[in-house]
Amino acid sequence: MDWSTVQLWVGALLTLMIFSFLYKDNPFYKFAEHLFVGVSAAYWMVQGFWQQIVPNLLAKLAPGSFENIIEAARGQQPELVYIIPLILGLILLTRLIPSIAWFSRWSMAFIIGYTAGSNLPRYLVSDFIKQVEKTLALPLVATHADNWLQWIMYSVSNLVVFGGVICGLVYFYFSKEHTGAFGRASRAGIWVLMVAFGASFGYTVMARISLLIGRLEFLGSWIRSFT
Amino acid sequence: MKISGIPRAGSRAARLVAPLIALTCIVLPFGPASAQETSPEVVTEVVVPPPAPPTSVAAIDAPNDAGHALLVTWQASPDDANADVLAGYRVLRSQGGSPFEEVGVAAPGQDSFRDRVPENAVRYDYKVVSFGPGGVGESGTAGAEARFQWFDKTRVSSFVIMLIVCGAIVFNILRAQAGQKMYIRKIAGMDAVTEAVGRATEMGQPVLYVAGIQDMDNVQTVAGLTILGSISKLIAEYETSLVMPCSRSLVMSTARETVKESYLSAGRPDAYREDGIYYVTDEQFGFVAHVDGLMVRKKPATCFYLGAFFAESLILAETGNSIGAIQVAGTAMPTQLPFFVAACDYTLIGEELFAASAYLSQDEKMLGSLKGQDFGKGVAMVSIFVGGILTTIEGLTGWPVITMLNDKIHWLWSGG
Repeated sequence: MDWSTVQLWVGALLTLMIFSFLYKDNPFYKFAEHLFVGVSAAYWMVQGFWQQIVPNLLAKLAPGSFENIIEAARGQQPELVYIIPLILGLILLTRLIPSIAWFSRWSMAFIIGYTAGSNLPRYLVSDFIKQVEKTLALPLVATHADNWLQWIMYSVSNLVVFGGVICGLVYFYFSKEHTGAFGRASRAGIWVLMVAFGASFGYTVMARISLLIGRLEFLGSWIRSFT
Repeated sequence: MKISGIPRAGSRAARLVAPLIALTCIVLPFGPASAQETSPEVVTEVVVPPPAPPTSVAAIDAPNDAGHALLVTWQASPDDANADVLAGYRVLRSQGGSPFEEVGVAAPGQDSFRDRVPENAVRYDYKVVSFGPGGVGESGTAGAEARFQWFDKTRVSSFVIMLIVCGAIVFNILRAQAGQKMYIRKIAGMDAVTEAVGRATEMGQPVLYVAGIQDMDNVQTVAGLTILGSISKLIAEYETSLVMPCSRSLVMSTARETVKESYLSAGRPDAYREDGIYYVTDEQFGFVAHVDGLMVRKKPATCFYLGAFFAESLILAETGNSIGAIQVAGTAMPTQLPFFVAACDYTLIGEELFAASAYLSQDEKMLGSLKGQDFGKGVAMVSIFVGGILTTIEGLTGWPVITMLNDKIHWLWSGG
């Protein structure tokens, strides 16, 4: 029995063990679950050390010691500015010592504060400004069309987008009571969202079905290996 | 000896055939190509001239960047459009009188090249050489130094929008802190929190809380943990147990801090159990396999999924549904919201997730921030409305004044 056959058998049996959860919880599923969690946790720990800590921290601080492992460290000078993330990382580990565990909050505050600040301009442009830009460029009625039917189709399409965006924004307006005309616009907004979710649901389910087919094909190749 | 078929010279047949052969020899060179190919060739060598060099070569510091880049520009060679003569432009660089070395190649039609340089404030000289089959044409030289710029002037409009939104947020936070009452509309999912936690208490089953599968650098995870602060306070008051598997170690640490503080503020520090909040694995489906198993074994009465979710959303929500738990979900991932809407009792859609923490805590800063964000949405709605009308009038009439106004609105929202 060669190595690829062993891999095929292990993969197929673990797949069946996970699928057995569809019937009910059982010892086979528990075994596969614990194996999956244990192996993946260890894998990510090793990945984190060799893909992040070694190249992005240790090899920067002491490139000479890592030039045989990290090609980019060869001939480089130590970059002492990396002492700052080293200290922040060590502070994070103070959680393990109860008497000074509070100290780790400084690192956490830095991580959350930095990421919030650096993400603000990025998300503001991609999730807000660019969306508004594309919508306000739409004329309410089509200004160019080859014939009346096309004019009606373009105009209806533009009005749906225009009205849908305005009503969607009204739904997410929190500091005013949703009553009267505002409430009706808000209800129209949730309808627009639900239609969008329906389309997204169907699209994603199709993708999941293709994943299932892929797994069943794998099981099929395992069954064919019997013959 | 007479050979059959071949007329003898001087015979009558020969006299008739000879002019025919001569005529054929004259006509053949003007025949089809195949006929020419079989004839003896006369090769004429075509000499391709070298391309004319590009002119007006200039080098300037690339604007609106952090340095380390120069922009080399030139006026295209007169042979630029002639593909037989010019194949492209080589950009050569020299520093401090060193020999010129090629740093890039530009295609015909191109009249600029952005070069990454190793040092700021150091002069680099450039030459642009047009090349082709006939040789090369060398330009004069030009040089410049790369400089660091503090401001990217192309992003002024984004800055203006950010000032408007952030200014409104700061202003409203100050108003809230000054005692101004801030209204927030009802958020159905958050109104159900008390009922959901109460149900778990009555049934004697734990509350399951999943803050997504992303790390602390994701704002949805932060929102999920902020809501956890309010919900865990309620859990402490109701003396219910909390189970929170985490897929990131930093999320686990932050969640422990948050829940511990909530138990403390609820006057129940003795009831806080650190073991209820634990790390599982970073692996997406390993984490899901564990949470699914946990659900069917511990049968939590209430499940909260608040944070950033991906493909695991439906798996978790379906399993929670199958055990009969009351489920409240919230995420800003557009592709996962439909699954939560389909399988959960309450769903916080998009920004409702971020508003929920303000709604639950009634914290002045959060309320003021939410009000400020609403002001930004109001500005967006007005801009869309006005922009749509202006675009329509411009398209129908082409009036210059409307075009000018429309351009102003488009600049503001250009994201530059």
